[in-house]
Amino acid sequence: MNPILKDAGISALVALGLFGPMIGLKTEASATGLFLVPRPLALAAAVAAVFFGRLVLLTWRGRRPGRYRANRGLSEALKRSGRFLTPVLLAFAVVLPFISGRYGIDLGILVLTYVMLGWGLNIVVGLAGLLDLGYVAFYAVGAYSFALLSQTFGLGFWTCLPLAGLFAATWGVMLGFPVLRLRGDYLAIVTLAFGEIIRIVLLNATSITGGPNGIAGIPRPTLFGLQFSAAGGPDTFSGFFGLEYSPTQRVAFLYYVILGLALLTNWVTLRLRRVALGRAWEALREDEIACRSLGINVTVTKLTAFAIGAAFGGFAGAFFATRNAFISPESFTFIESAIVLAIVVLGGLGSQLGTALAAIVMIGGFEVFRDLAEYRMLLFGTALVLIMILRPRGLVSGRTPSVALGRRREISAELVAEGRG
Amino acid sequence: MSGPLLKLSGVTAFYGAIQALKGVDLEVAPGEIVTLIGANGAGKSTLMMTICGSPHARHGQILYDGRDITALPTHEIMHMGLAQSPEGRRIFGRMTVHENLLMGAQVVAMRNYAATRDLVFTLFPRLKERLAQRGGTLSGGEQQMLAIGRALMSQPRLLLLDEPSLGLAPLVVRQIFGAIRQLNRETGLTVLLVEQNAFQALRLAHRGYVLVNGAVTMAGSGAELLARPEIRAAYLEGGH
Ligand SMILES: Nc1ncnc2c1ncn2[C@@H]1O[C@H](COP(=O)(O)OP(=O)(O)O)[C@@H](O)[C@H]1O
Ligand SMILES: [Mg+2]
Repeated sequence: MNPILKDAGISALVALGLFGPMIGLKTEASATGLFLVPRPLALAAAVAAVFFGRLVLLTWRGRRPGRYRANRGLSEALKRSGRFLTPVLLAFAVVLPFISGRYGIDLGILVLTYVMLGWGLNIVVGLAGLLDLGYVAFYAVGAYSFALLSQTFGLGFWTCLPLAGLFAATWGVMLGFPVLRLRGDYLAIVTLAFGEIIRIVLLNATSITGGPNGIAGIPRPTLFGLQFSAAGGPDTFSGFFGLEYSPTQRVAFLYYVILGLALLTNWVTLRLRRVALGRAWEALREDEIACRSLGINVTVTKLTAFAIGAAFGGFAGAFFATRNAFISPESFTFIESAIVLAIVVLGGLGSQLGTALAAIVMIGGFEVFRDLAEYRMLLFGTALVLIMILRPRGLVSGRTPSVALGRRREISAELVAEGRG
Repeated sequence: MSGPLLKLSGVTAFYGAIQALKGVDLEVAPGEIVTLIGANGAGKSTLMMTICGSPHARHGQILYDGRDITALPTHEIMHMGLAQSPEGRRIFGRMTVHENLLMGAQVVAMRNYAATRDLVFTLFPRLKERLAQRGGTLSGGEQQMLAIGRALMSQPRLLLLDEPSLGLAPLVVRQIFGAIRQLNRETGLTVLLVEQNAFQALRLAHRGYVLVNGAVTMAGSGAELLARPEIRAAYLEGGH
């Protein structure tokens, strides 16, 4: 049979399975309760659309063999543009609070939170190649650690931040141990379950976490002890500097906190890539057996990836808690893990710049299309599919070597000789 | 220092219920090149991996330099001066040649990195030219050179080579075997070489073992084994 016809047929079957319940059956409310109305025509139309759409797409693609080469050009261009795109983005991020209003800063905080989460997950998924669908668990652990520590012991944000990271890292190791032997799909399923378990525990341990009511009144971060409040006085930011109080000051401060945290994540990742541990992660992603034969302790290498990735998730969680001043299990559902993973995959696994771009496009895009309400998700899905068709390895694909040769040959050779290469 | 560098006695290994090694005895003296030949599926790779503790031997004993390594975890064994270039090369394709070599040196924490790297470059000058190239874009022969070079970066006393000639052109095979001989003569490196290419392997090695169905059926010097009619029939004439 013609392979294109066969492919379209299979797509139509999948569509039938998916759309059967979604489009083919409609629920109607009546006096006696809900009942189902079959809609065979709508279902047939949807399946036919998939069948012919696939047929057209495949014939069109078959006629244009040069497409992928053009794509590689695009990928190269994006990679090369990284050289100036990175400083431009960074400069823009630094000045944003001065050139934008409250809404812009809030959006910036949101985007940066996801940039940080993306970079954190990138360590686990992008570098070490461990597919983690439950990353939100560490975000939750960080948030709840801070919330509970501040409520119970009256500790402030800056004291709790490292503790939140530490707790999350501990949970990362706890997740890591049972899944050490798992790979690919199996690993993904267990991590997904782990994320759900954490959320359900938070939901049900009412006496500690407040259950669905969450925790409120989480303290805001201070700037070297200076608070951001309208009270005035020498121990507030506005009072100390003799400024007029405005809530934007606090928001801008939060913005710089998350910018700093995100940059810290990036910096640590870039450092780690250049040392033995980071290189072992990347080697592990490529070939576990080769790593074993080279004397790499695979267990330790995987666990550190989980732990360090989780720690950054925990930092981000603590920040989330302090920014919102309120947390509940609702903020830590699977969709958060999915969004962060989508950011990492779309950005191009392992690419720092790609992750940042993907976070900007996705989270920014969500906001821009807020008016479209429920169609937003449809648009989001379409965008994901399009990117995966056009750039199957993510926005910025291709890996930058962790040791440079050429211009820096002499230097790196020296470092190498001293055992730091 | 007179005993063997590596000594296996009565080693068995299993994959689940399948027994892949059925009581192997084997010795490698310091400074020797020993080859292990046998048909596909005889258990040669399993033997190499069992020495490295993955899978662990179920019965028997493996002594390295007089120490019992039978039950040690792989990463500890690989810290004791053994290195393996595994079957199918298994270089890191997305990483550069340079990074691949660095991975090999991790186990000795980069000690003597520059000197070892220079040794690898004299053996395989091609690697020096390709230093910034990604492993996956090398030719098959260059990949094999990289796999051996990467193993050498840990400055081993015993080098385990699993089918380095696999899928390579005769000229490249000669080059690689030449490098192994040179290493052995000039640095005294001990080599355990697994090969299906029995003729060349037996000519290179001081001694050889024949593995059939997970058990050693013959052993002797390279020249002795080459002269045996049953070896000629099974592995040489039209064998490879
Ligand atoms: N990972 C594995 N799981 C199960 N059986 C295996 C595995 N690896 C090898 N075997 C089996 O063990 C036997 C020996 O294989 P192997 O050591 O690879 O042989 P050789 O290297 O001599 O070709 C074969 O029958 C093979 O099918
Ligand atoms: Mg084999």
